[in-house]
Amino acid sequence: MTTNQLSVRTGNNSSIIGVSAVLGIFLLFALLMMAFAKDAGMGTQALTFLVLGGGLFIGIGMWAGSLIDRDPFDESRYEDTLVKFGVAASMFWGLAGLLVGVIIALQLTWPSVFYFPEFGWTNFGRLRPLHTSAVIFAFGGNVLLATSFYVVQRTCRTRLAGGMWPWFVFWGYQIFIFLAATGYLLGITQSKEYAEPEWYVDLWLTLVWVVYLLVFLGTLWKRKEPHIYVANWFYLSFIVTIAMLHIVNNLSIPVSLTGSKSVQVFAGVQDAMTQWWYGHNAVGFFLTTGFLAIMYYFIPKRVNRPVYSYRLSIVHFWSLIFIYIWAGPHHLHYTALPQWAQTLGMTFSIMLWMPSWGGMINGVMTLSGAWDKLRTDPVVRMMVVSLAFYGMSTFEGPLMSVRAVNSLSHYTEWGIGHVHSGALGWVGYISFGALYCLVPWLYKRKGLFSKSLVEWHFWISTIGIIFYMVSMWFAGIMEGLMWRAYNEYGFLEYSFVETVEAKHISYIIRMLGGLLYFSGAAIMAYNLIRTALGHGEATELETATDPYAKPEPRAALAPAE
Amino acid sequence: MTDERRDIDDHSGIETTGHSWDGIKELNNPLPRWWLYIWYATIAWAIVYMIFMPALPALPGLGTNTTGLRNHSDRDLVAVAVADLKAARVDQSATLLEASLEEIETDRNLQQFALAMGESLFGDNCATCHGAGGRGAVGYPSLADDVWLWDGTLDGIEFTLRHGIRHDGDDETRFSIMPAFGRDGLLNAAEVGALSQHVLMLAGREADVEEAKIGAGLFSIHCATCHGDMGQGDRTQGAPNLTDTEWLYGDSEGEIYATIYNARNSHMPAWQDRLDDASIKALAVYVHTLGGGE
Repeated sequence: MTTNQLSVRTGNNSSIIGVSAVLGIFLLFALLMMAFAKDAGMGTQALTFLVLGGGLFIGIGMWAGSLIDRDPFDESRYEDTLVKFGVAASMFWGLAGLLVGVIIALQLTWPSVFYFPEFGWTNFGRLRPLHTSAVIFAFGGNVLLATSFYVVQRTCRTRLAGGMWPWFVFWGYQIFIFLAATGYLLGITQSKEYAEPEWYVDLWLTLVWVVYLLVFLGTLWKRKEPHIYVANWFYLSFIVTIAMLHIVNNLSIPVSLTGSKSVQVFAGVQDAMTQWWYGHNAVGFFLTTGFLAIMYYFIPKRVNRPVYSYRLSIVHFWSLIFIYIWAGPHHLHYTALPQWAQTLGMTFSIMLWMPSWGGMINGVMTLSGAWDKLRTDPVVRMMVVSLAFYGMSTFEGPLMSVRAVNSLSHYTEWGIGHVHSGALGWVGYISFGALYCLVPWLYKRKGLFSKSLVEWHFWISTIGIIFYMVSMWFAGIMEGLMWRAYNEYGFLEYSFVETVEAKHISYIIRMLGGLLYFSGAAIMAYNLIRTALGHGEATELETATDPYAKPEPRAALAPAE
Repeated sequence: MTDERRDIDDHSGIETTGHSWDGIKELNNPLPRWWLYIWYATIAWAIVYMIFMPALPALPGLGTNTTGLRNHSDRDLVAVAVADLKAARVDQSATLLEASLEEIETDRNLQQFALAMGESLFGDNCATCHGAGGRGAVGYPSLADDVWLWDGTLDGIEFTLRHGIRHDGDDETRFSIMPAFGRDGLLNAAEVGALSQHVLMLAGREADVEEAKIGAGLFSIHCATCHGDMGQGDRTQGAPNLTDTEWLYGDSEGEIYATIYNARNSHMPAWQDRLDDASIKALAVYVHTLGGGE
């Protein structure tokens, strides 16, 4: 390494050494774990880490060596290169996750056709967590990383804190995704929904996440605005709460320090309750508050109107985060969980309805004075439709948490439909909207490569979501009713396999819905790549006319080159 | 923040908070009334629900969790419902156990009860292998026709259900073993081939006459003891009739060859370990009525 050059400068450059040191220590750990691995899975995982982490280590060294007389962390510029990486990662993982979703939908539709016993890793049981983790943590997580880094800099008018550390967060997170994904395919799992990675991956993510929190807090700390913008409250609640949820739900004791298997600290119904406290609040604080933060920046920015109500943003923020955290038990109605806890989960879910809708109202009403943009700007339409889906799922959620409704809906496809109306409609669309905004802004283009391709994306995906939702509602309510159908002698009317058979047509429609949604995302990826390359309508912007880099009266930072 | 001047939004005429982040301002609109009142209503509803239903854990001094004004308990209600169902069924189950086939077939109500119970049990326990409605699959006999490998009477079916077929751990299980003639070296490949031709001929299918002649000799030595001289089968030892059109493992020359070469000898569990007497009787009645019960 070029220590002589680094030693010339002070301050932020120590972060390069810090990141390299931490990475180096973990590479040593990985080497030891590979050497003494108790199982083949652990050996492969350690090797994966060595290759990825080693590549990163060498990459940092070579990059640092090329830094002659250039401060890579120039405080007068925003860190935008990192955001570009985040956008690219979001698109890549989004397409990968959606594709796996289509594959497992095919497996459910034609289980005997898409079944390859000689390739264990293609089994539904391994691909399903690959799909959920890829879309939630890889796609959603990267969108949140990219947008939070973009938004916090703009709304604090300062460069990201920590020099090299934000880059550690980004690459460390990609390594986490790789370890988790390849682990699932190898059959390594702790069998907790949305928390499948084993203990050593959890530890790595904890480190990455704590650094993320520190970077975010550090940036807020050195802000040049007197107040913290609402989007940053939401981002901060997401980062802090996910750290807490992740650590508590993954408390486990490794069977061996060089083996992949671990044993949960909690057992029985306590374990179930911890898991759904985690699972529900992952929805609340990852998929809701995180993406509300995106909404609070990108909608007012895109439509160029003030946020509808500051007061509403305060009230719904605090009520949302206070009430959400108690609602988890509604995932365990009519189980061994004590009934008083079920009451708690249900009543708090009902009280959560309006706090959730506060975000929708604030987002939609921000358009007042700019309603025409719904017609003229498909990106705005996408974000507003995402709020409509958000409103719908946050009404449907409390409805399904009512015990009487839940006794019909629980364990059925209705749950799958509910999750996907939120995931495809809300999380997907607000993310796509943000990506459509970010790429021209980051690459300083006049607009997107093609607006009509956005229209195509919007309509294809919307039809896909409707296919998905309607087929799953239909299948879910049907199978729920079939399960509880008794004949006159009090015996079950249908056997389980008959209820599965009855869903076949719905499964075909759902698979088509997923395929349409994936196709829409592929169109977006193409459009964004062409935009970044400056093709079509995405011509170079002259800085003077850049509406987004307009110098603030108080002298803004310049976006990075 | 004490701003020197009030900032009014041109479009709406509403005052902003006076700050701007990257060009974004915030209006100072009040909370929407309808939003606030619906929220209050949900909170009120939640409180009422908590008063009426179990809502608090066994906090210190409380002894047990609260059960609410309705004194509601899922577990008690389920226990009552299960007991009620058992009580409602106890008479009919007892009658079913005592009844003979003739009695069941003449007592319409009892028959309906047995069939309803049997159909439900069949769907969750038997259909996995024998298919919905007992239509069968390769390796799993159809129960909807009148071809029986073992005894097809009501008592015979009940016996099979109780003890299973080739089930380890049940001394009375239906048992017979066909040797793997080819694999175990009892016959060579050519002999197995000749035997296959003879079996095809027994079934009235096209076959190589010369080969079949050789096969016929082998058949009388190796097969006739169980399957009978004419291949008509023997239900007492579960040896299939080879002269009909029903083939459990496929009727192609290759499949027949594979059966003689490797043997099959499939299994069925003994259900008396898992189901009660009335359930087994009901299943026997149901299977008996599916197709060709004798």
